[in-house]
Amino acid sequence: MSEEKSYPEATPPEGEGDDLVPDDPARRKLIWGGMGLAAVTYAGAIAYPLYRFLADPAEEAAELAKVTEMEIPDDELPEPGSATIFQFGIRKAILIRGADDAMVCFSAICTHLGCTVDYQEDQDRIYCACHGGVYDAETGQNVAGPPPRPLEEYRVERADGKVIIHRS
Amino acid sequence: MAKSSSIDLKAVGTKVWDWCDDRLGLEAMREMAAEKTVPVHRHSFWYYWGGISLFLFIVQAFTGLLLLVYYRPGPGAYDSVRAITYDLQFGWFVRSLHSWAANLMVVAVFVHMFSVVFMKAYRRPREFGWWTGLALLGLVLLFGFSGYLLPWDELSYFATAVGLEIPRSIPGIGTLIDNVVQGGPEVSDVTVQRFFALHVFILPLIFLGILGVHLALIMKHGTALPPSEEDKPETERRTIPFFPNFAARDMVMWLITLNVLSILAFLFPWQLGQPADPLAAAPEGIHPEWYFMSQFQVLKVLGEWIPGYAGEVIGIALFTVGGILWGLLPLYDNTRESGARGRRATWFALAALIGLIVLTIWGYAAL
Repeated sequence: MSEEKSYPEATPPEGEGDDLVPDDPARRKLIWGGMGLAAVTYAGAIAYPLYRFLADPAEEAAELAKVTEMEIPDDELPEPGSATIFQFGIRKAILIRGADDAMVCFSAICTHLGCTVDYQEDQDRIYCACHGGVYDAETGQNVAGPPPRPLEEYRVERADGKVIIHRS
Repeated sequence: MAKSSSIDLKAVGTKVWDWCDDRLGLEAMREMAAEKTVPVHRHSFWYYWGGISLFLFIVQAFTGLLLLVYYRPGPGAYDSVRAITYDLQFGWFVRSLHSWAANLMVVAVFVHMFSVVFMKAYRRPREFGWWTGLALLGLVLLFGFSGYLLPWDELSYFATAVGLEIPRSIPGIGTLIDNVVQGGPEVSDVTVQRFFALHVFILPLIFLGILGVHLALIMKHGTALPPSEEDKPETERRTIPFFPNFAARDMVMWLITLNVLSILAFLFPWQLGQPADPLAAAPEGIHPEWYFMSQFQVLKVLGEWIPGYAGEVIGIALFTVGGILWGLLPLYDNTRESGARGRRATWFALAALIGLIVLTIWGYAAL
């Protein structure tokens, strides 16, 4: 029986505890409420800087996401009949230059599970090695394998000595 | 409706408690906590300083972990600390908390140690509490020394170079320092990487192990009574339960510490000097952290009196003998009945305390 067990009695110093109002519910509620409020304030004061500190690089990267336009000088373009993958803001993009010199640009991220796709010159198709997804090299349309959607297309504008890629 | 749901909640709570109790022995722990009492008397204030030291250690572990997210040891160290201090959001605050908590922890540990000495809390059966405590103090100082190099700025470079130079006066130590501690003939980014491994892995590992023993011993032996209380008849001694009364007061002290720490870190953020440059001359007035100041001053003064390595050797011998005597205190002054030995131990401790303070002030005045 745990009730019968006796503990060495704690003996508060003289006078201590005398001024407590015995079991005043309003006072009790007020004290608990105040403590709860203080606890929430402290938790917030710790959690907010902690979150901002950890989120900083991601927030920096979010600035890059606003990039909608990019220039590629002519001498950095891929040879006709080949492709190049480049960083477009936070995205990876693939620029395909056909044998006829026509250029198309798509997101290089497979719509299935996010691998980076590649242009296969011999079959003139966009292929994802992770799960065998296939996209049309002219339209970016998903034509075989697991990808659920076509690749996002970026508009290619020819200018003097360079190519400008636009994301709407 | 509301009433019945609250009753259900209580029943669920009891069930969960019972389920856990069966497997964890919670009831036994609660009984143990209920049995523990803490003495209350006019020196009780000093009982909180061990807890404050522990709290600051927790802060160090937490803020250290956050710094670890961005800090890069080795050649990129300076740039990563510069980014933490000046670029990342709240990075300055995290670093500042870490540096301030380190300094406050050294203060708290010293206060704790001297209060143990003056309250004679090292006497039988608490000798191992004293020795584990001294080991923890040594580790805290090593934490301070190794952490100081990590920002890899001018000041940290010279502080470490000088700190590692001192023990070289002991024959054979130089090679050991080069090969094992420094990783080369001089302090370099290789040293930074080594100190990093020491600071974030090796030292914490050893520290936690010894801290576990230290705390277990406090659980085992309870809080020591100072002699003035031991002299009183038992009926006149006052106590409060450890849980919740003392624990609640402990939490209040932790909260006060947290507030003081945050205000210091906010108002006096830690800065970063110029990048370490092994070819640059040492800046004027270079000196170690305040907690190494007294030793620094002793070596400086001895060096003036006795030129050459001899001065340093005597200084180091002095610290070593002093440290050993300090560690042997509980064997010399072992019980209440120590009489004259007890008084001599008190005078020794008083001399040590005054010596530390005077040498530190002297050191700063002589800069």
